[in-house]
Order: sequence, then C-alpha cells, then structure tokens
Amino acid sequence: MSTFRFTRDHEWVRLDGDLAVVGITDYAQSQLGDVVYVELPEIGHRVEKGKEAAVVESVKAASEVYAPVSGEVTEINDTLTAEPAKVNADPMGAGWFIKLRLDDARELDDLMDEEGYKRFIEEQH
Amino acid sequence: MALAAPAAPLKRTPLHSLHVARGAKMVPFVGYEMPVQYSSGILAEHLHTRSQAGLFDVSHMGQLRLAGRDPVKALEALVPGDLMALGPRRMRYTLLLNEAGGILDDLMATRLEDGLFLVINAARKEADLAHLRARLGRDATVEMIEDRALLALQGPAAATVLSGFCDGIERLGFMTATEALLCGCKCLVTRSGYTGEDGFEISVPAASAAAVAETLLARPEVRPVGLGARDSLRLEAGLCLYGHDIDETTSPVEAALAWTIGKRRRAEGGFPGTEIVLRQLAEGAPRIRVGIRPDGRAPAREDTPIVDPAGVTIGRVTSGGFGPSVGGPIAMGYVDRRHAAEGTALALLVRGTARPARVVRLPFVPHRYYPG
Repeated sequence: MSTFRFTRDHEWVRLDGDLAVVGITDYAQSQLGDVVYVELPEIGHRVEKGKEAAVVESVKAASEVYAPVSGEVTEINDTLTAEPAKVNADPMGAGWFIKLRLDDARELDDLMDEEGYKRFIEEQH
Repeated sequence: MALAAPAAPLKRTPLHSLHVARGAKMVPFVGYEMPVQYSSGILAEHLHTRSQAGLFDVSHMGQLRLAGRDPVKALEALVPGDLMALGPRRMRYTLLLNEAGGILDDLMATRLEDGLFLVINAARKEADLAHLRARLGRDATVEMIEDRALLALQGPAAATVLSGFCDGIERLGFMTATEALLCGCKCLVTRSGYTGEDGFEISVPAASAAAVAETLLARPEVRPVGLGARDSLRLEAGLCLYGHDIDETTSPVEAALAWTIGKRRRAEGGFPGTEIVLRQLAEGAPRIRVGIRPDGRAPAREDTPIVDPAGVTIGRVTSGGFGPSVGGPIAMGYVDRRHAAEGTALALLVRGTARPARVVRLPFVPHRYYPG
C-alpha cells in the first residue's frame, strides 16, 4: 500500500516504484467544482517543487497545480484531455495528473501525511 | 501596526436561509452573500435549466420605480431605446449612456400604468440612482424598491410550471409583464430572462419570496440554480455582463447592441452621446464585440489577449469559459473591426501560448424565447 503525501496547495503525491504520481486532492476537486479542462506538461519536461506543473480549469476558473516535488515528467494522464471529469470522480486514483522521476526523495519528507493534511483542511475552516 | 478596514457586512436576500438549507455554496457578490452553486454543481444546474427549469434568486439586482408627469419621456433622454413605442405592460432592454456614448448600465424597462419599472445591475444601483436623480428632471421621480425580491424561473418547462399556479400565464407574450397572484401574493411577472431560454422574472414582496420559491421548487421540473450557471447560460446566449462585456468605455455600436437603438431615436437623436453613436452607426465602430470559439478545449478567460495570425494584438476577451451545452470553450471579446467577420481566424494567448480560434456568430446556443 503506497502512502500519500500532501501539500498545502492541495496536491498529493505517492510513490509508485521509483516514480512519483501527482494529482489534486478530493478537497481540491470539491472546491473547484466540475473540471472541464486539464493542461499537462510534456513528457521530459522538468518541474520544480512549488512551481506550476499543470493547470486545471473548472466552469468558473483556471487554477494552477504546483509540483509537490522536483523531477522529470515521465508520464502524463492523457485520458484527462477527453475526460476531465475523472478529476472530480476519482481525484486520488484515475484522476492522477503526472508521473515524475524524483530528483531527491527527501523532498517528500517536507510534505504532510494524511492525518496532517486532514488537520490542515480543518484549520482552514 | 496597520489594521485593515473592516469589510462592510454582506447583505442577504430574503432567500438566504433557503439557499443554505439547500446546500448552496455562498459567496460574496457585489455586497451580497449569494449562492454560486448548489450541491449538484454548475454543469448539472446549467444543463437542467436548458432541459427543464431552473429557479434563480436575483434579488440583488436593483428594482426601480419611475413615476411623475412623463417618466417615459424623461428616461428617453438618458437611453437610446424607443420607450415611447412601448405599449402598456411591454418591456424593452436598453442602456443608460454617458455623454461619450459609453454604457453606464444595461437595464430592462417595463411600461406600467403608473410609470416605468426598471431592473438594473446590482453593482450599479447607487450610481444609477444618483445619475437618474440628477438627470431625469422634473418630469419623473425615481424610487428604489427595497421591499421586493426578484426570482427568475427559466427553461423550457418554466411556462408549464408557472401556469400550474397562475392560469393563463403560459400565454404571456415575450417581453411583456402582468400582475399575477402566486401563493396568494401579488407579483409582477415578466416573460424575460438572462439564459436564452423561455422563462419569467417574478418581482415578489420580500416577505413572500421564500414561500413562492419553495412552492416552485416543490415541482419536480424545478431545481435551484446559482450564479455560476447563470453566468455560463448567459454567455452561451451571447448576452452581455455589465462591467465585463460592456462598461463606460464601450459604446452600443461597439458592443453589438445597435439593435437596441430605436429607428425613431436614430432619426431624432436626443440621447447622451448621440453624435458619436450615430457616427459609429454610419461609419462603423473601430472595434466590435464578437463571439469566439477556441479550436481546442482550453477555455480562454476574461482579459485573454486576442491576436491575429501574425501575432499582432487585435483585442481582448471580456467573457470566456466553458459552455456546458456547447460542450467546449466559448468566449466573447472585442476585436478590431477588420477582424470581426464571421469565420475570421484569430489566436488567443492563453498562458503565453497562441491558440487558434475563430470568430463565430452569437449566440452560441440558439435563443428559445416564447414565440407568442
């Protein structure tokens, strides 16, 4: 069972072998509402922790998705182009955004675990 | 240490607790706490309005009563619409103009026995009231109606639903008003709206607004719809949003609203900015509002630069997003008149990338008003 880590900007990351899978949280999708468009980086593109990695758009607005960790994009979830609503339906699973080859696995240590993220969301309210 | 000035408390409409009870996500909107969506979400609310009927709380909008010796003539001095041609209970979409022909507000004017009933934008209430008080002259008085809510029932099932409470209202003509008893309460009902669908707006005493709304919502065809879907519906219908698609810097001709300028008014003039507006009617405006369809799936939001195929900036998007009934991105914006013809290829600079788009005819979704 892989472990999810979370950012304060509501992205999640989990390790899948030596790759990091990245997406947005259930809380994030519920705040965005119906997702109608997802823009993903190209394979081979380098993303930097805390910098824009993708864009997700709801009916109302566009939001940036920040890279939880630095690395090189090795895979993107192409199915989101035709079916952006997957982000709403299964944000932590089929609605993943990108896979990265991590520069430094220690960057994961800075992120919240599930308990910590839950507390963080509660504090926002 | 600097303390932020306390924000003015948000006003609530008479339907506030109804919204909360029905799971609305409430957001601040021009000084009001308003429902942006309910639990089903903007997409579902939008599509439901196009297939059945949506109930909107638009009580934040301003309702004004113009009375006095000759309110029609007095208001005509401030707008380019032919109001004298309005028969009793007929209504018209018109524009308050400044001396440069810029649009101060867009509004609905309904002719009643004892004067005119206006519906104006929420964000323009204070400004419009001051403008009208200063400029209407002795022939008219203006009064803000503070004790009424405003509901909109929109969609193909709206007429059937409303006729269940008020016999015969399904035959009310488009852009016509009538007094009607709803839940035993005297309302002013107009066949109008802001979605491109058939529908009604209902001006109802504040104390009875929640009862009327609950009665309508008890019908299986009707669901509550928030401001999010109201915006996507009006954008698909090609209708302007004040402060975005039109403002004091845009003229009626630039805004592609020349159709609101009556024939008699073109001949006689006598509205603010007559000279510049008539010149633009004759010679064309330097820029014009058009519909835009991006080729791909990326929405282009307000303020997205519009460029020609060579990369030269020719305008900007004033409203843009995703059209749920269109099933793709749609936008409206102003372009240089040389690029305004239907089918013209453009590009939209979304996050620094030029994305191909085309000028298309408005509306994006055909209007389905009551043909009478």
